Amino acid sequence: MSDDVYLDNNATTKVDQAVVDEMLPFFTMQFGNPSSMHSFGNNVGRSLKKARQQVQALLGAEHDSEIIFTACGTEADSTAILSALKAQPERKEIITTVVEHPAVLSLCEYLEKDGYTVHWLKVDAKGRLDLDVYAKLLDERADQIAVVSVMWANNETGTIFPVEKMATMAAESGVMFHTDAVQAVGKIPMMLADTDIDMLSLSGHKLHAPKGVGVLYLRRGTRFRPMMRGGHQERGRRAGTENVASIVGLGKACEMAMKNMEYENTEVRAMRDRLQEGILAAVPHCFATGDVENRLPNTCNIAFEYIEGEAILMLLNKVGIAASSGSACTSGSLEPSHVMMAMGIPYTAAHGTIRFSFSCYNTMAEVERVIAAVPPIVAQLRKLSPYWGEDGPIEDPEKLFAPTYA
Amino acid sequence: MWDYSDTVKEHFFNPKNARVMETPDAVGDVGSIQCGDALRLTLKVDKETEVIQDAAFQTFGCGSAIASSSVLTEIIKGKTLDEALTVTNQDIANELDGLPPEKMHCSVMGREALQAAVANYRGEVWKDDHEEGALICKCFAVDAVMIEDTVRANNLRTVEDVTNYTKAGGGCTACHEGIEEILSKVLAETGEAFTAKASRQKLHEAKEPVKVPGKGMSNLERIKRIERVIEAVRPQLQRDRGDVTLVDVDGDTVFINLVGACSGCQMASLTVSGIQQQMMEDLGEFIRVVPVSAKTGATA
Repeated sequence: MSDDVYLDNNATTKVDQAVVDEMLPFFTMQFGNPSSMHSFGNNVGRSLKKARQQVQALLGAEHDSEIIFTACGTEADSTAILSALKAQPERKEIITTVVEHPAVLSLCEYLEKDGYTVHWLKVDAKGRLDLDVYAKLLDERADQIAVVSVMWANNETGTIFPVEKMATMAAESGVMFHTDAVQAVGKIPMMLADTDIDMLSLSGHKLHAPKGVGVLYLRRGTRFRPMMRGGHQERGRRAGTENVASIVGLGKACEMAMKNMEYENTEVRAMRDRLQEGILAAVPHCFATGDVENRLPNTCNIAFEYIEGEAILMLLNKVGIAASSGSACTSGSLEPSHVMMAMGIPYTAAHGTIRFSFSCYNTMAEVERVIAAVPPIVAQLRKLSPYWGEDGPIEDPEKLFAPTYA
Repeated sequence: MWDYSDTVKEHFFNPKNARVMETPDAVGDVGSIQCGDALRLTLKVDKETEVIQDAAFQTFGCGSAIASSSVLTEIIKGKTLDEALTVTNQDIANELDGLPPEKMHCSVMGREALQAAVANYRGEVWKDDHEEGALICKCFAVDAVMIEDTVRANNLRTVEDVTNYTKAGGGCTACHEGIEEILSKVLAETGEAFTAKASRQKLHEAKEPVKVPGKGMSNLERIKRIERVIEAVRPQLQRDRGDVTLVDVDGDTVFINLVGACSGCQMASLTVSGIQQQMMEDLGEFIRVVPVSAKTGATA
């Protein structure tokens, strides 16, 4: 494992040793319940406060009380959207995008069945939104819309959406704005206090904190209805005894992300750029997907035509390289990634998309190793593919390979 | 990561017969690039005997699609066309030491390519009769199209019906929401509404009521049974120079009197719990057996 190259950091990240060290006392020595009226609990309460401030600093939030700890990014997303609907029962419509993470996408599809109207913003071939369409929607439907939920950065392509601008547009129309910033937090600088974003979701395990902890940022004054009721934890906005060790870990991870922000946007970006350039130069018939000029510094998604992603991943895994794919087969669904489909990536390429996502632990030597490993793997699979001839795709795949059914 | 068997991995990493065959006698093309799965099977066939002398494939697809294609060519080589046609997709999956449920369709594609190749050799047109839908039941690998068709063809109304006809939903039951959605959709076509209530009633009916022998028994019958248990254990106690008599019955409490060698015997509590156990089994209800001395009676 130690020689393996891990390029799947948008899926999850390694918990940093410094984060683990910070967490460990809270399993044994500092086991108290922060709600308790004795010193066992008291110290723990102080540690929670510190973690809250560390998260606040990374997000650039105005108040630490705007930070609500949750169990994950998905919980934060659900809480935000359901709260907006509950708090404004007269508003029955939602605006979101077709490329959201399932945490928002599936919830919105479910709400549609429940009678809510969801306006799905489409994307162009590079995964970009049309803000004119958005402006028109806000203009026409403002009174009906409970919340706009738009991801800050796409998990598959890294494409960044102009959420700050979109939040301001929503605010001017009197509409609440939520952003799923699970992929963006820690990778791009934020100053939420200066924006009109009302709610933001983040997830610990995407930035070297453990799994099982997330945050809902809730701007002071935003009307809110809790999803979980019970105890007074998180000022009554998220009941349930705090996952103290993980929250402390998340605080530390946020502090480190803050320090690493420049490294992420220079060194990590350089590694990502080198990988993309190296692969595109060595492999014919492949291209980078998404808005490559405007994306997260750590992500690149490359579509390899005429071969299938899961097969690529298995061969990469065999040589100790971990990445992920938007192919249908990796998820067990029949359709390739909804993000690739939304961008209109042709089927010949959509099944063969591979996402490489970096962290600060990667090295340039690893990048060179991947650049060397990929071309023979692609060639091997293309040799197997009925859509690939001697040294290029068969001229007209639809004609030459003509099954009696499709 | 899929939990692929070593055989699947072996056939994926080192596929057999993965090549372009020059002048094949039969070609079977199935799948499409849209589906993310496409397979071309090519055969060399002996004209006299119809024995498959050589088989080769090209596959666009995932690990299990490539492994299924590879193992298929190995299975059919040396078989006659008719023998080869008896190979099922389950045979292909078995030869691979199993496939994850989501991946069973890869073995189906192998079988279809074979059918298509044989049809091609015989100058027939092979018609696929299988449309694939999203996988609903992961326990038994049943997809949405299969469930929909079965619901329509058999006028199914409840989740339990669907389980009986397709097995879908009969395992972990996590897919019941998905099955209900399909039922709602299909029933809506005829203007009918799916009611979960109907489903629930059915499910309850399906459960055999647990037979409780003690329930519904008259007091007299109960006491007779209790006496019968006591009588049954007496010979054993008498052999040990002891005895037991019934003192009283009050609700679920049975008072007994242990006499002779049993009284004060260290094994008395074992004897009492043994009698209690036998009474519970006989009456089918909870019984507490309390030993008392004959003189103080039930009030002790």
